[in-house]
Amino acid sequence: MEHHTDGQPPLVVLSGVNKHFGALHVLKDVNLTVERGEVVVVIGPSGSGKSTLCRTINRLETIDTGEIRVDGRPLPLEGKELAKLRAEVGMVFQSFNLFAHKTVLENVTLGPIKVRGVKRAEADARGRDLLERVGIGEQADKYPAQLSGGQQQRVAIARALAMDPKVMLFDEPTSALDPEMINEVLEVMTALAKDGMTMVVVTHEMGFARRAANRVVFMDNGSIVEEAEPEEFFARPRSERAKDFLSKILTH
Amino acid sequence: MEAVVDNLDLLLEGFLRTLTLTALAATGALCLGTLVAAMRVSPLLPLRWAGTCYVESVRNTPLTVVFALAVFGLPKAGLGLTFFQFALLALTLYTGTFVAEAVRSGVNSVAPGQSEAARTLGMSFPQTLGLVILPQAFRNVIPPLASVFIALLKNSSIASAFGVAEATSRMGSLIEDNPSAVLWLLAAVALGYVVLALAASLLFSRLERSLAVAR
Ligand SMILES: Nc1ncnc2c1ncn2[C@@H]1O[C@H](COP(=O)(O)OP(=O)(O)OP(=O)(O)O)[C@@H](O)[C@H]1O
Ligand SMILES: [Mg+2]
Repeated sequence: MEHHTDGQPPLVVLSGVNKHFGALHVLKDVNLTVERGEVVVVIGPSGSGKSTLCRTINRLETIDTGEIRVDGRPLPLEGKELAKLRAEVGMVFQSFNLFAHKTVLENVTLGPIKVRGVKRAEADARGRDLLERVGIGEQADKYPAQLSGGQQQRVAIARALAMDPKVMLFDEPTSALDPEMINEVLEVMTALAKDGMTMVVVTHEMGFARRAANRVVFMDNGSIVEEAEPEEFFARPRSERAKDFLSKILTH
Repeated sequence: MEAVVDNLDLLLEGFLRTLTLTALAATGALCLGTLVAAMRVSPLLPLRWAGTCYVESVRNTPLTVVFALAVFGLPKAGLGLTFFQFALLALTLYTGTFVAEAVRSGVNSVAPGQSEAARTLGMSFPQTLGLVILPQAFRNVIPPLASVFIALLKNSSIASAFGVAEATSRMGSLIEDNPSAVLWLLAAVALGYVVLALAASLLFSRLERSLAVAR
């Protein structure tokens, strides 16, 4: 697959990124480039720094050294500029994090209305469309707590999409779900990938990686150890650590 | 008993003033306390610092001293107000610290994922706080806030010592005039406070229930 778009910079570039939590070196000299329309799956053992990597891209975590560019521009440090950048980078969390005091529709329209200044009627119409698109149009007026985990996660995806993000970050979006709900979320994500959304997805769902990803990035102990196309990676991992990791998750 | 019945109008007038003082101070303290709680969780160090200084200094001063500072200190600084206004100011400043602490604990009880989700959408700090965090924080702290406001109702009786003719002060002068009816007068005024406090409790538990349904 070819993703280089003429004259346009890659959407996300991390160069030489280092990050510590206290004495713990959680990101070690990380370099990663995500092209427009590309879907990158990040896998690796627990504690290897996948979430941290994901969260540095919209600066939910700051970095110590190195540089991160989104759509060609270095990440703003703080303030209005940072808020503006975050509005353009969608994020979906493992624990959904829907606004508990807002209805499903309000969850989806709050960002557009308050951050983008979209009129309520317009935001509502768009929000209902998006909820329809993720298959939960009838739940618009319920509160998050009244929905199943799979439904909540689809609302979270719709909420992120409502901001028309350039890139979407997913941090283990199906890890908190009961097995029977995983697929409904993965289907929505696969459809998004097909529509050309640029995505960085931390997940251990290999079916999804095979179906939707252009590239798998394997992390261990704060470093990117290996990058490859999904088929290649799962069939012939090059590093010992990736082999070891895959042998553990494949036995399940 | 007669002393109570004969002077019911004076007592009721006193309670009306107690209620006015309490309601105004509660409103002021709620605004001030929320603002200070917001300062104390803000990313700006000087704001956090100012909020902490206010809370720790005023909360740890006896209310009577806060009153005295307002009534005797502020006129020296050139601020001329009525006794009622001084009392209102003292009660608001004092109660504001307790509201601030209650609201701050409410803010801390909201899951961190909520503010992360808000920031991720591009909301500013004030938007995150005002649209996502505080509405949820308030629901979590209605019972402690009710206690703060009931304490305020009772604390307002200190105003009687600073020239405000509220319920307790009316009781004092009525006892002077009818020394034999002292127990009746005390009981009547105590009952008045209890009734007001119970009404406040009821109001808050209703509020709590109506907000809980909306989840
Ligand atoms: N806020 C934090 N403060 C201190 N240490 C942290 C913090 N967040 C993460 N860590 C540590 O940093 C390391 C990397 O964490 P991270 O959450 O990025 O790993 P992960 O690959 O996402 O793991 P998992 O698969 O369990 O989600 C871990 O050792 C973790 O304990
Ligand atoms: Mg993680």
